[in-house]
Order: sequence, then C-alpha cells, then structure tokens
Amino acid sequence: MSESLTTIAYLGATILFILSLGGLSNPETARRGNMYGMIGMAIAVLATVFGPHVTSGGISWIIVAMVVGGSIGLYAARVVQMTQMPELVALMHSLVGLAATLVGYANYIDSAASANFSGAEMKIHEMEIYIGVLIGAVTFSGSLIAFGKLSARIGGKPLLLPGRHWLNLGALLVVIYFGVQFMRAETVNAGMMPLIVMTAIALLFGIHMVMAIGGADMPVVVSMLNSYSGWAAAATGFMLSNDLLIVTGALVGSSGAILSYIMCRAMNRNFISVIAGGFGSDSAKPKAAGGAAEPAGEVVPVSAAETAEMLREAKNVIIVPGYGMAVAQAQHTVYEISSLLREKGVNVRFAIHPVAGRMPGHMNVLLAEAKVPYDIVMEMDEINEDFPDADVAMVIGANDIVNPSAAEDPTSPIAGMPVLEVWKAKTSIVMKRSMASGYAGVDNPLFYKENNRMLFGDAKKMLDEVLVSLKAG
Amino acid sequence: MPLMIGVPREVFPGERRVATVPDVVEKLIKLGFSVAVESGAGDAANFSDDAYRAAGAQIIDSAASVWASSDIVFKVRGPTMEEVGLMREGGTLISFIWPAQNPELMQQLAAKKATVLAMDSVPRMSRAQKMDALSSMANIAGYRAVIEAAHHFGRFFTGQITAAGKVPPAKVFVIGAGVAGLAAIGAASGLGAIVRANDTRPEVADQVKSMGGEFVAVDYKEEGSGVGGYAKVMSEGFQKAQRETFAKQARDVDIIITTALIPGKPAPKLITAEMVQSMRPGSVIVDLASEQGGNCELTEPGQVVVRHGVTIIGYADLPSRLSKQSSTLYATNLLRLLEELCKNKDGTINVNMDDEVIRGATVIKEGNITWPPPPPKLSAAPATPAAAKPAVPAPAKGGHGGSGAPASGSRAAVLFGVAALLFWGIGAYAPAAFLGHFTVFVLACFVGYMVVWNVTPSLHTPLMSVTNAISSIIAIGALVQIAPPLTAGVERPEDWIRWLAVIGVGLTAINMFGGFAVTRRMLAMFRK
Repeated sequence: MSESLTTIAYLGATILFILSLGGLSNPETARRGNMYGMIGMAIAVLATVFGPHVTSGGISWIIVAMVVGGSIGLYAARVVQMTQMPELVALMHSLVGLAATLVGYANYIDSAASANFSGAEMKIHEMEIYIGVLIGAVTFSGSLIAFGKLSARIGGKPLLLPGRHWLNLGALLVVIYFGVQFMRAETVNAGMMPLIVMTAIALLFGIHMVMAIGGADMPVVVSMLNSYSGWAAAATGFMLSNDLLIVTGALVGSSGAILSYIMCRAMNRNFISVIAGGFGSDSAKPKAAGGAAEPAGEVVPVSAAETAEMLREAKNVIIVPGYGMAVAQAQHTVYEISSLLREKGVNVRFAIHPVAGRMPGHMNVLLAEAKVPYDIVMEMDEINEDFPDADVAMVIGANDIVNPSAAEDPTSPIAGMPVLEVWKAKTSIVMKRSMASGYAGVDNPLFYKENNRMLFGDAKKMLDEVLVSLKAG
Repeated sequence: MPLMIGVPREVFPGERRVATVPDVVEKLIKLGFSVAVESGAGDAANFSDDAYRAAGAQIIDSAASVWASSDIVFKVRGPTMEEVGLMREGGTLISFIWPAQNPELMQQLAAKKATVLAMDSVPRMSRAQKMDALSSMANIAGYRAVIEAAHHFGRFFTGQITAAGKVPPAKVFVIGAGVAGLAAIGAASGLGAIVRANDTRPEVADQVKSMGGEFVAVDYKEEGSGVGGYAKVMSEGFQKAQRETFAKQARDVDIIITTALIPGKPAPKLITAEMVQSMRPGSVIVDLASEQGGNCELTEPGQVVVRHGVTIIGYADLPSRLSKQSSTLYATNLLRLLEELCKNKDGTINVNMDDEVIRGATVIKEGNITWPPPPPKLSAAPATPAAAKPAVPAPAKGGHGGSGAPASGSRAAVLFGVAALLFWGIGAYAPAAFLGHFTVFVLACFVGYMVVWNVTPSLHTPLMSVTNAISSIIAIGALVQIAPPLTAGVERPEDWIRWLAVIGVGLTAINMFGGFAVTRRMLAMFRK
C-alpha cells in the first residue's frame, strides 16, 4: 500500500471516528456509532500494518501482540459486571497511558526516527517526545489510582499532603528543568537520565493528583483521565508526524474535557477546584464553627411491607437510584417493582442525577441492563418540576444528590449544587444501610423531614421484600 | 374575618348552570368561608334553595344584595354590564371571562378595582388539572353532542341483526381530539357506533385509540402542536390535504362532530357546503365550535337547521343542557381553585402571583389588568432544546484537559489574550511542518467539542467507553515502530524498540477490543 493510499485510509478512519462520537449522542444511533468506531479502527490498523511504515518482518510480532491483547480485552469486556464499568474504563485508560509512554521511549531511542530532523525541528521533536511521555505517565498512574479508588481497593477519602499545591508546583518546575536538560542532551544516552527522572515525577504526580480527589468527584476524574488518554495519543501523533493520531487524540481529548466540564457544571463545581482536589474535607469546618446547620428532628423508619403499601396506593412514583443501588446489584429488582407497578397503572419514572454513581451515565447503564425502557428514565431537569405531583419518591442508595441543604443551606459545602428535590414529593422513602453521610461527607436534613421515611437495610434485600409484599397485596 | 362567597343566579338567557352546588357549599364552609346563594339560583340545575340552606348557605332574595354583600363572587358566565355595576368595589370575581374576546368587560372590571380570576385562563398544567373548568365543560359538551346527534339521527348507533332485517352501525367522524372530542368518541363508541377521529396533533392518536376510536391521519407532514398542548394554525398545503381527507370521510359517515378550536382565533372552517351536500340525507353534523363561528360553513350558531337533508346542530350551550352535571363539576373546579388561594383554610384568600397556576388564572389584580400572563414554562409535547451554551472553551491549552472552564467576561478576555500570545509564539518560531499538524490538531479539538456537546447524559458511560476504545489509536504509534523500513547505515537498538512497541501494541489491543466490545454490550441494553 502506498503512502497516499494510507493517508486516504487514515482520512476515512478519521471521518468514521467523528461519526462514531456523533452517533453516540442519541440512543437510537448509538449502536451504529459504535460500529463506525470499530470499522474506523480496523481501517486504521490495517492501513498501517500494510502501509509503507511496516515491513513484513514485523507482521508476526504484530499478530501475536494483537491476539494476546485482543483476547484479554474481549474476555474482560465479557465478564465485567455493569456495576464495575467505571473501574474497567479507568483501568483501560491506564493502558493507553502506559502505551503512550512506551511509544515515547521507543521513539526516543530510535535514531532512525529523528534522522531527518535538525535544528528547530529536532528541538520540537524532542519536546513532543518529552510531553508525550509526560502525559502518558500521568494518565497511567492517575488511572491506576482511580481504578483502585473505584474498586474500593484504595479508600475514597481524599489524601491531602501538607502544601500539596506547592508540591505540585515544585514537581512542575523540576519537570521543566529536566525538560531543558533533555533538550540540551547531545546523545540519546545523555538524554535518557532526564527523561527517566521526569517519568518518575510524572508517575508520582498522577498518583498524587488522583489521591487528592474525593470520591464524590470521581465521575469528573474518570472523564478527565479519558481526556488525558486522548491528549497522550495526540502528543504521540505530533511525535510521529501522524495526522490520524493527532486528530483522533484531539477528538478524544476534547470530548473528554467537555464531558468533565458538563459533570462539573452538574455539580455546580469549578473544574479547577475539582482538579485541585480535596473536596469533602472542608465540610468539617462550617459544622464545627456554626453548628446552626445541624439538622434536627426525628427519623421515621418504615418496614418493607409498609413501603409496598405506600407504593401500591400511589398514582405517581419517582424512583431515584444512586450508587447504593449499584453496590447492592439491585437494579433488576428495581425493574421488577417498577414493571409491576406500571402494570397496575401507576406512573413510574426514574430520575437520574447527572453525577449519580461513580461515572457519568452510570445509572442509565445499570437501568438499561435491567431492561428499564429508556423513555421513562428522566434527567434531572426534565423531572425536577414533577416532584410535587409525585405521591412517592423512592430514593435507593443515594444521598448527596437528594440533599436539600444544597438548595437551602448556603453554608453547606454542597451549596448550590443542583439536586433532585425529592422532599417536595408527598412522601419520600430513603433506602439506606445506615445514617452515615454520603461521599461528600455532608449530613442530610432530608432524613429528618416530616414527610420522609427511612427504610434501613441492604437495598437489594429490602427491595426483594418490597417486591414480595407488592405481589402478595 | 371570614370572607363571604356570593353565588348569584345566572342571568344569561338559557343558561341553566349554577356556580356552586350544595355538596361544595359544605366544603367551602369547612375552608372557613361563609356562602350566600341567590334564591332560585340552582333551580334550573335541580338544586333547590332548601338543599343549599341545608348545606349551610344563606339564601338571599335579590341579586343586588348578593353582589353587594359578597367579598368573592362565583359565576359561570362572565358578568353582564349590569352585574358589574352591582359589584362591590375591590371585590373578587371568579368565573369564565374570555379576556381576549371581552376587552370592554375587562376595562369595566378593572375600573371597579376588582380582582378577577378567569376559569378559562387557568394554565394547562398537570397540577392545575383539578381546576380546569374548560376541560370539565368540554367533556360534558362532547358527551352531549353525541346525545344530540343520536336524538336527530334516524337510526340506531349500534349495528344489529334483527328479525326485521340487518341494521348497519352508524359511522361517526370526530374532528379534533381534545377533551370534547375524546368524550364524544367515548360516548359514540359506547353507543356502538364506528368512530373515527382526526386531529392536527399526531400525539393524540393513542388517546383516540384508547377511547375506542380509529385515528384518521391526514397524509401530510406537519406538526400541529402549539404551546400548552393546544392546536395551532396549519399551513396551506396541510389544509388542502386535510380538506381532501374530510371530503372523503363526509361521503362515508353518518355523523360528524366537530370540535376544532384554536385559542384566540375564529374556528377553522373545515366542513364546506359541498361536503355537507355530499353527505347522505338524514346525516347529522354537531358543531361544537359554533360559538366561535363554527367548523361547518352552514352552521347557524345556537340553532338546529336542516341543509341539503343534513341536520346541522349549532347549539352553543351543550354543557348547560346537562346542567346538573356541569354545575357539579364546575363547582368542584371552583372549590379546587379556592383551595389553592386559601392554603391556610382560614376563610381568607391570598392571590399569590408567584404561583404559576394562580398567576395564569388572574386576569385582573386589584384593578390592574394582568392578562395575558407570561407564556407557560413547559409544554407537554415538544422537547426543550438544550440549555444555553457557555462560551467556547479554548482547546489550544496543549496537553492538559483544562478547557471548558466557565469564562466570565474579564476571564474570557485574559484567556483570549493568552491564547493569542500562544498562537503568535507558535507562528513565529515553529517550523512549517509542525504548523500543518498543529492546524489539524486545533481543528480536531473543535470538532470533538461540537460533536460531543449534545450527548444525552444517559449515554455518558458508553460515550466514555467508546472514546476510550478510540484512544487506542495510539496502537498506530507502536505499529510503525515494530519494523519500519530502514535506510542503510542507521543504527538503532533494534530489540529494545521492538519489545517496547510490541508491549505497546498488546496493551492497546486490550483496550481496543475490550473497549469496543464493552460499549457494544452496554448499548445492546438500551431499549425503548
């Protein structure tokens, strides 16, 4: 395959990738979008393998690597639980980061790659390598930590080193210093030391950055790392003078960044402050100082049978799922309850907060897995006005996203974050394991509201009991 | 001091309804009000003075003293000029008003410093349904229209096979499937007729079916839903196709019931004289829009006429012909509205203009005309377009995904300045080859931004997993390093590079295959 033919194939792949992302914007076209992505990827890989940059000697190596990696990937995709999606995605981001780092190193030690460069071009090429490795390494270690946090291998609480902003700044200065050293290095061997030191710092920086981010901000982090993996690909593209990599990397990078931004807006948080980290740690201060916001009142617990009774008599039910539903794997029971109620003519709808769960759109995926039709799954803006009409609002394992203090208490750390206004329903039922506060570490006055009932216990177990009493009644 | 609610007798000729009924009087008194009813007000609706008295109302002999002694007046029809004259200065009136059609009445009421709530202006929202008197009246009108048609129609509605021969079922065509139309469909199919219906709003087809009718679509693509769930005026082309559909139906059916109304506009002329002519003799047309000029060209408002052998019923007072039922429903609508006005149940009212329902219904507040209200916030049918977009983020920040932070005016300016400097620096020093790539890069950032911005939140997870899969494009970088064609004489650490690249390919292959497969798995689960 000639150079120009490869270029044209790359162009086709690029268009397919754009169509793929565009298709994903709507459930109707999403499957086609994914298909475009696959075709695009296949074209890109084949065009490269049979293109002028790969000689026949490499084909067997490529096939082995592809088969091994591909089987692992397919296996992982098959066995992963839908509740574990965020972990899997985070883990996959780390692979892209690692690959970018490796490619950067390989390119640096490859004297053939830089043979044609001289002067400013050479400098730019080296800078591209340096930046590519930097982003790759940060993505790698950051994603690994995110994976650890999401799969609860590492605690969700933000780790806050003293003077962490100074630490980060220091790291940045060191990275720049070694960058200059790296560019000045005459030989590959001389440049290797700064490159390795920088990689180590970048890895530490990635760890530190994600460790400092609280669990509630995890959706933002996941999509931000998604963005990083794109930028890493783009940097690699610059390094190899490959437009396909640049375009695709930029597409992924900017789309991830926008997704992060949408997330942040949904939480009414500043992007910078999420990245700077430490959310959830400040909540102790206003409480200790004022104490006025301390919610008071009585918590009214109910049994599963009483819950079923309330659901049966309701005309209008809104279900608000949260991470608790995912943890308890309760989405199938939720579906059964909802379809049972719908058969009885109850108007059941689901209200999804944009940051419910640990990853953007997490709840939608779980409900879709349980076969809940997507036209009764509403976004926050669509359904928030309907809560006053709802007879029962059932909150399943969610906390911060239904916290009235976000709307009512300006001193609350989550003040101003848009929340689902379940307390406006005639009755709200909160399903929860205990009275513990949510990820944001904020107490929830909803539990003490007069029209609120608490159903304590594991979401799955309680819902099963509710389902049994519903069927009996 | 509890307020006094006064209910005068309706003075409009032929009006049989009354604005409250004994059952409701009891509930009004429970809310803390006292109630005065003009003697004989309920006679035409079969509610005697005694029944009102038993419910706790005070019976007052003359209309003038009812008007003079009441703080709040309940009426069905809007007041006449004389009645406005009787009204107490600064009083409250709740009735049908039709402010658009009665500007003079509005002026006079305003001059009285009155507060007026128009039952016809209650916004159409799910919360306000219990006070929607238009719907309750329309429901009655639809039912009564079928009864009137049956009365004038010379045959059974239901098909029968009798010893004396076979009777075909009557065919009824209902135009406009609003509340009245749906009620008519239900009543007619209940009597056994074959019912078809048409509406410019395609989303009502299911409702028609649920009432036992068959939906006849006009074969022309145009969305007919206006604001607030009402119909709107349609285009020329649509009207032509619609006329053809109707002409075809007219030749086939026995009874046509028209209920097509567009708010604030004369009723559309849908049934032409030719269509009437083409109908079989003995057919019946009931025109529920007669008060607004009629949907049929030959309708005489308020009259029953026979034209070309077809009986055309133009009664404008169908709800009033079912006065007991309509009075009961109307009285309940009024009660519900009063409950909203009197949340404390202490016999006083608070016209809270922040409440969307009350704001919509209030056409005059203490002498100031507050009609028309701001447009309703939410309609049932059309999806609200995406929220306003923020300033375009600056994607040229190099490696870090910091684009898209909300930018205020000054910050935007700073950002712009920094970006300009950055671009200038790049333009001044970078070699041409790099600039080509840079152009591609910046453009791609924008494409990504444009493409992703409209993604529905429910697809965020699949989107992330697909972008993740796509980011394994980095495999290309590894692929080209495994075994590139070498120019002779260049030395490179062959094995090192190969191993690094092979591991790179392997890692990205995990991501590539796994990412697409898992996205596929997720998307397969999204269903309607």
